[in-house]
Amino acid sequence: MATETAKSMEATVVKKKSEDFFSKRRRRLVADPLDDSNPITVQVLGICSALAVTAKIAPTLVMATAVMLVVIGSNVIVSSLRNVIPGRIRIIAQLAIVAMLVILVDQVLRAYFYDLAKIVGVYVGLIITNCIVMGRLEAYAMGNKPYDSALDGFGNGLGYAWVILVVAFFRELLGSGTLLDIPIKEMLGLGFIPNNGLMTNPVGAFIIIGIIIWVQRYFNGYVEDH
Amino acid sequence: MSKESNAYIISFAVAMIVVIAATLGFAKEFLKESQTNAVNLDTQKQILSAIVPLSEVGETGEQVNAYYAKHIESIAVDVNGDEKKMDGKEPIIPEKVSIRKEFKKKDKAEKILPVFKFKDDAGKVTAYILPVYGNGLWDNIWGYIALEPDMKTVKGAVFDHKGETPGLGARIADKDIQSRYAGKTIYNDKGEPGIEMIKGEGNVDPASLANYKVDGMSGATITGRGVNDMLKNYFTLYENYMQKVKKSANNASSLPNVALVK
Repeated sequence: MATETAKSMEATVVKKKSEDFFSKRRRRLVADPLDDSNPITVQVLGICSALAVTAKIAPTLVMATAVMLVVIGSNVIVSSLRNVIPGRIRIIAQLAIVAMLVILVDQVLRAYFYDLAKIVGVYVGLIITNCIVMGRLEAYAMGNKPYDSALDGFGNGLGYAWVILVVAFFRELLGSGTLLDIPIKEMLGLGFIPNNGLMTNPVGAFIIIGIIIWVQRYFNGYVEDH
Repeated sequence: MSKESNAYIISFAVAMIVVIAATLGFAKEFLKESQTNAVNLDTQKQILSAIVPLSEVGETGEQVNAYYAKHIESIAVDVNGDEKKMDGKEPIIPEKVSIRKEFKKKDKAEKILPVFKFKDDAGKVTAYILPVYGNGLWDNIWGYIALEPDMKTVKGAVFDHKGETPGLGARIADKDIQSRYAGKTIYNDKGEPGIEMIKGEGNVDPASLANYKVDGMSGATITGRGVNDMLKNYFTLYENYMQKVKKSANNASSLPNVALVK
């Protein structure tokens, strides 16, 4: 009996030492930002780029990938340096790391995806000031281990990506009548419906984000604390 | 050394900057070739798109390069229409000429003006593609305009812009606007160079428009004016070259007659 307890105790100790690679807690790190703490619709961060790049799906995909890479990369780097970075200059250190990653992404885009880089070029540079990236570094990566931070970055990047992709889907469909530059409206024989010029402007993105937030909060019942 | 001491903070900052600068430096060096290739390819695509749909040219970079090498012969001329081979001591590569820089030069005589001759499969020049550059409403606009060998009929045009209003002025980058220029004449009734984009859209029957006017873009009058000024400006700059081409074309076409008479 006694040995059994000892064994099970040993097992729990071992378990505590090496947490499951995709434990429930870690799955939540990825899943939470998709809905309950979504960076755009709940925390309302990173709105500027969500408005600017979402006129078409293709540049939006690039932007979403770029943000995801930067947020994962900076989370991992900052998290592994979290015990070395001096507290007094931590924001500067974080900014420098984010800036380095953003420049790298921008240069790679220019080298291999020039056509897309021409469209999203300015906004890729603006990832540096994207509140999601800095927000995750301050709120999570400075206090957690690298692997968890990577998952956190992945989750938040995904949370950002799905929202801007939905916005881009509706803006391209209603504003240009295309999807990924395929003239879907003509193919469906609906060419007589005029394009909505409002949707090609950032204003259209505001309206769509508003509707997404409304629909999401209707389902998950999220209310702001006052 | 304590983590919050000034010495530690300064050495951390210095080390961080060195590492980051080195990373970026290596990356830039590593990507340089691909980046220049990408820019060159983009220029070639823009030039070709004034005259052929890019779907005909091919998807991959190699196909575009091959098509370009086969069909385009490029030269640079000055405002007098004489071929310009050297810029100071540097030989001029017309594709590498920064149209923006040349646009900004105050002195017309100093401007380097590239000309891209499009040759058909038999090697006969069937179009002259000229770069154009100007100011739109918010920022610069540019493009390439292809002329028939008669040097007065537009064969095709392609425009692009940096920051025109999406859905309004940005439409100059759309094919349906650019196609309005095909077949137009670059001289107006008085013989002055330029094609005029009129104000308003769809108000006049396109067939009844004078052949030096094109239908406007609704809500983008100023961008339209920018395009008009840009075309006028560049047709004027290339005027002497155009006259020379016309003259040599006349001479060339009269040669066979001479031969017949003999």
